Amino acid sequence: MSLRVLMFGWEFPPQNSGGLGTACQGLTRALAGAGAELIFVLPRRFDVKASWQRVIFADDVSSFNLLTVKAALSPYLTVDGYARRRAGADPLYGPDLISEVYRYAAAAADLTRGERFDVIHAHDWLSFPAGLRAKEVSGKPLIVHVHATEFDRTGGNGVNPEVYAIEKEGMTRADRVVTVSHFTKNLVTRHYGVPDYKVTVVHNGIDFEVKPRLDERLSALKRRGERLILFVGRITLQKGPDYFLQAARRVIDLEPGVTFVMVGSGDMTGQIVEQAAALGLGQRFIFAGFLRGDELDAIYQAADLLVMPSVSEPFGLTPLESLANGTPVLVSRQSGVSEVLRHALKVDFWDIDEMVNQIIAVLRHPPLKRTLAVYGQTDARRVTWSAAAEKCLNIYRSLVGAV
Amino acid sequence: MPSVCFYFQVHQPRRVKKYRIFDIGREPDYFNDNSESNLNNERIIRKVAGKSYLPANAVLLELLKCHPEFRVSFSFSGVLLEQLADWAPEVLDSFRKLVATGRVAVLAETYHHSLAFFYSLAEFEHQVVAHGELIRRIFGVRPKVFRNTELAYNDNLGRWAERAGYLGVLAEGWDKVLGWKSPNFLYRPAGTKRIKLLLKNYRLSDDIAFRFSERSWSEWPLDAPKFAGWVNAVNGQGQVINLFLDYETFGEHQWADTGIFHFLRQLPPEVLKYPDNDFVTVEEASARYPAMDVLTVPEVLTWADTERDLSAWTGNELQTSSLAALYDLEPAVLAFGDDNLIGAWRRLQTSDHFYYMCTKWFADGDVHAYFNPYASPYEAYISYTNALNDLRLRVEELKFNHVES
Repeated sequence: MSLRVLMFGWEFPPQNSGGLGTACQGLTRALAGAGAELIFVLPRRFDVKASWQRVIFADDVSSFNLLTVKAALSPYLTVDGYARRRAGADPLYGPDLISEVYRYAAAAADLTRGERFDVIHAHDWLSFPAGLRAKEVSGKPLIVHVHATEFDRTGGNGVNPEVYAIEKEGMTRADRVVTVSHFTKNLVTRHYGVPDYKVTVVHNGIDFEVKPRLDERLSALKRRGERLILFVGRITLQKGPDYFLQAARRVIDLEPGVTFVMVGSGDMTGQIVEQAAALGLGQRFIFAGFLRGDELDAIYQAADLLVMPSVSEPFGLTPLESLANGTPVLVSRQSGVSEVLRHALKVDFWDIDEMVNQIIAVLRHPPLKRTLAVYGQTDARRVTWSAAAEKCLNIYRSLVGAV
Repeated sequence: MPSVCFYFQVHQPRRVKKYRIFDIGREPDYFNDNSESNLNNERIIRKVAGKSYLPANAVLLELLKCHPEFRVSFSFSGVLLEQLADWAPEVLDSFRKLVATGRVAVLAETYHHSLAFFYSLAEFEHQVVAHGELIRRIFGVRPKVFRNTELAYNDNLGRWAERAGYLGVLAEGWDKVLGWKSPNFLYRPAGTKRIKLLLKNYRLSDDIAFRFSERSWSEWPLDAPKFAGWVNAVNGQGQVINLFLDYETFGEHQWADTGIFHFLRQLPPEVLKYPDNDFVTVEEASARYPAMDVLTVPEVLTWADTERDLSAWTGNELQTSSLAALYDLEPAVLAFGDDNLIGAWRRLQTSDHFYYMCTKWFADGDVHAYFNPYASPYEAYISYTNALNDLRLRVEELKFNHVES
């Protein structure tokens, strides 16, 4: 008999602001492919294309009226950031992110009563209370899946005590904790007091396909023989944009004809723009804004190297996207993806000297760039969602057997 | 019969330190890491001396005293001997004592443990001569048998070794080259008249070097009587069993607590329990036994990996481009007779530098990762290439100053 999984998420493509929705999509598709039966719960109704599973929207449950929130509920916002965004938006709805999370949990209790399932699987703190309520009502085992913690989002400074408490309660009361990397596992055992044996690492995957060559973007720059170093990600503390900037300053001093490009936006954008101007980087440091799809792929393809200088990165998908586009990567050791990529350059995010050393080596030595790109792609191919699904299924089986 | 021929390779490279882009033009020493890392050559020499060379030498000296029939052969790289002289002279003394028994042969090789034979014959010959002088100075002997770095061998090398006057030359006893032939006989390199080819019995050698402490191996635990039984089983189907090992097998690759020193101590008496068996040096083997047949080896054969070719050193573009850049510098480096520059250039020829850049098995993390002091082949390449670029800059400066004056 196939395993029936009740899964709680927060976002799902195309309505996603980042990696959580993408990860839920990849994982559920692979789980369904491996024979699991899935019910995926989302807090509010929107158009989801996921034929491999039944999708329930908590705001459809008639007995409970969950307010539909128009503003972007981003799992990547800190609670303060959410409050700021709410202040400028529609004041009629949810006063804060945490109330939304609890309303979701209350609805979950209701909809759980009518469903048949063997295990509960909840993704990130936003859905942990919902998962816990479902566990209370049904008595079924709960897996909480940690894609990011409050420590990643805040860089350890200004951890919101309420969010931390929700994360900790979820991890403590769950039957099993899944983290997306050893990096995150260390964080969870160190900061949340979760015992080592309770935590299983399930690295994220990627539906890897080598991207076709697109028309060259930034062609004016490339025609001039300019080399491009790329940053892709939210411009927030967690992603280390300031380290990228510092490295850029030094590389530009040492190496002619190099332009640094930042793709993305975030609460540090203004600060980085100002700093770049103050450092006199001018046209050598470009902000491309938020890009997706072909536009993003074209930028990856135009680049000589992707740098991911994250301060605290539970996994990190952009290096795999870069490799799919044939561009080699330099990643911080403080990332989950560095655990699955061997053919990548690696640095500690704070080690600007070494970052500069490696960036310049790639620029000066084509054999290095080519070797990293070719072997890096073979690495990325091995990072599959089916491997992740297999590990989750093993966890389900062990829990169902034990109950 | 048969004769057991032990040859131990004793070598440690001068690893290139973390040499960054900013060091180019400023830092003329590439090899003086003084951190706690495995790039600190002095630290490694001291560690290997204590764990391996000194205790293994003590066992061998005792064996030579107790068993007049016992023989071994060593090949020392010049790079290692220099480092021992600097940081562990007591090890050099203990090797001298072994050679002084007259029952320990020393092989010829390239001073810098290089692959120069395949890139520059002139440079290769220079290094062999320099190595011979060093061996004579330290041990007072003249090597009569040649082995090339990583046991890299082909017909050209066999012919070269004969022209250079050696009695014998060493190679891997690899099935694909041997066909039905046994590695337990001597052969004649194709195109030669007198010189003998000694082939490594890789199965028996690897039983000690790699499998000795492997608990999943069906023959584990391996003891001396069992191994002596395997040696004796060759009786009638071979004349010499060539056990070619890295000397660090004793105490470093196989730690003391695996029982490897006990095994080494017990093995010679166990082998000698069979009355027909004895031990030979590589020189005695070459002199005593006839070549059974001609062996043709057109492609380069080495003792590495399952391919037994040079791909661990020249298999990717990082390696080939580094080697090309290195040997491109030869005429310019040699032109001015600057000893510092020439010395640095030669130290950069040591094969280990290229081995560290190997990406072949990197993904599976095995023996290559174990022997790599760098975090990745990419970091090895970056430090090496930066150092080489510094050297090129120094050469160009010299050239410029020369023109100026």
